[in-house]
Amino acid sequence: MTTLLQSLLIAIRALRVNKMRALLTMLGIIIGIAAVIAMVAIGSGASKMISDQIASIGSNLLLVIPGSTTSGGLRTGAGGTPTLTFDDARAIKAECPSIGEVAPTVRGSAQVVFGNQNWSTIVIGCTPEMLAVRDWPLTSGRNLSPSDVDGATKVCLIGQTVAENLFGSADPVGKIVRIKKIPFTVIGMLEHKGQSPQGQDQDDVIFIPLTTAQRKVFGSQFPNSVGAMMVQAQSADVLKKAEDEVTALLDQRHRIGPSRERDFTVRNLSEILAVSEQSSKVMSLLLGAVASISLIVGGIGIMNIMLVSVTERTREIGIRMAIGAKQHDILLQFLTEAVLLTTCGGVIGMGVGVAGAMVVSKLMSWPTLISTQAIVIAFLFSAGVGVFFGFYPARKAAGLNPIDALRYE
Amino acid sequence: MTNVVRLDNVTKVYTMGDQRVEALKGISFTVRPGEFVSIMGASGSGKSTCMNVLGCLDVPTSGEYRLEEVNVGKLSRNQLAEIRNLKIGFVFQGFNLLARTTARENVELPLVYAHVPSTERRERAMAALAQVGLADRADHYSNQLSGGQQQRVAIARALVNDPAIIMADEPTGNLDSATSEEIMGIFQGLNRQGITIIMVTHEPDIAAFTGRQIIFRDGLIVSDAPNSTPRLAAKTEERKS
Repeated sequence: MTTLLQSLLIAIRALRVNKMRALLTMLGIIIGIAAVIAMVAIGSGASKMISDQIASIGSNLLLVIPGSTTSGGLRTGAGGTPTLTFDDARAIKAECPSIGEVAPTVRGSAQVVFGNQNWSTIVIGCTPEMLAVRDWPLTSGRNLSPSDVDGATKVCLIGQTVAENLFGSADPVGKIVRIKKIPFTVIGMLEHKGQSPQGQDQDDVIFIPLTTAQRKVFGSQFPNSVGAMMVQAQSADVLKKAEDEVTALLDQRHRIGPSRERDFTVRNLSEILAVSEQSSKVMSLLLGAVASISLIVGGIGIMNIMLVSVTERTREIGIRMAIGAKQHDILLQFLTEAVLLTTCGGVIGMGVGVAGAMVVSKLMSWPTLISTQAIVIAFLFSAGVGVFFGFYPARKAAGLNPIDALRYE
Repeated sequence: MTNVVRLDNVTKVYTMGDQRVEALKGISFTVRPGEFVSIMGASGSGKSTCMNVLGCLDVPTSGEYRLEEVNVGKLSRNQLAEIRNLKIGFVFQGFNLLARTTARENVELPLVYAHVPSTERRERAMAALAQVGLADRADHYSNQLSGGQQQRVAIARALVNDPAIIMADEPTGNLDSATSEEIMGIFQGLNRQGITIIMVTHEPDIAAFTGRQIIFRDGLIVSDAPNSTPRLAAKTEERKS
């Protein structure tokens, strides 16, 4: 322990003698560590942004959408014909044990009018379960009720963007808006949700009872049919099971067999999440890999300077050996010096990296995540670079013959 | 009394490429405790090689070298380092102090490698500096000292581990005659306290200060004679020079 402390003191002194050189040598490590820290912070910030957006859709969701149908040899595209019904939704809710809630929807766009303002928006017919499934609370008013759906009442929930455009800052609850000229009472206002992963404004929306949409607003040619169903599994663990249950049930209800093509699609939204998380992880990894290259370059710089230092101080090494320094004393001395260089560079680099990440997040309004894990790893890595690239010069110093070293001019 | 140093038919052969250079061709002598021996010879006579062997910086090719009854030829590099650290004090021609390091820290250096705790290190270094009359210069950097003072620091460094012998390699080679005499005075003083000193020199006037003169030529000892009337260094210790 005392020898380690001693070699630390010797190393500090040796570095102080050549401050400028020490700083320049450290620069490689400073840049490398700063790049790693900043890149990882920005990368994980971006990945958090993506996963937040995806989580805003709702958690543990399956999306059931109508598939293609074939009639008279003509195949429609996916969702071309409304093959799903409200009864399908009820059946899923009743018969699939892994399912929490089911929210069948119909959607269309419509012109909405209030007073002398009007706005074109997405109108979604849905059931009260919609808010639970989408994890979407209200800021004021009340949710749709089962009786609204049963009685096809003319009430609606209004999104923030729509409210802003029609009402300005006034409270819309209790007001009457006209959707496709039909008067609707606003009974609640939805909380701000932000962009979807596709970049759409999720707040530009109006929710009305499913039955009202089917019978009065969109007047579907297939009564009782629904566009898409959002199915929430009871937990993330049973998501796959829920997917299988829903598929099996709908296969049975739609009489899907070898001779009949499946007329619906079940999509697992968590898969999308997993894929996008995967891709942002890969991005962070790539950024980190590029940054590590500069660390290696910095390490080679350290090795170079340490070799020069060993040559310059050959006589000093000779003196130390003559008066009793053993090989490992000399090895430790030069290794300590290299590690001190790289860890100092590492600490400075961390400061620069954190500052850089903060500047980027300010300028680009990107979130950045500075993890303590990344900092600890960067620190250990810089020390590791010191050991790795300092070992060869240190061993060269320790291997010198004391007689030759003493005679060295 | 046992011998501090015993060389028994020691040879040293260097091979440089195809050339074999016999630096020592079989030398034998002993040094008893408390002796002050000078080794003389022209350059290439083998006196420096002999010094390296005696100082445990090198091992003999054949023959036996015993330092305080320990056969040095059988030891590893690290064991030799330990012997040098504990039993030998070196004084070199070029002083060989660490630059940008204070006199006291230079003197402490052998104790650092002997793992002596720092407070004891400081006390022993100050005592050794006092012995060579430089206690008041302890905190000066080595490059701020005159040649004579630097050599005295080097002697203090050689003394500090209480070694069996002090090996001095041309200790006055870089000094003027007045300072040389001053340094020889210090050596004589230490020798009177019972410290064994072996000194390599090519200057007969310097060798005249010692009690025994061994002369080398072509890797062999040609003369080994006691000096019954060693020259006494003038007692002019001009400390504040």
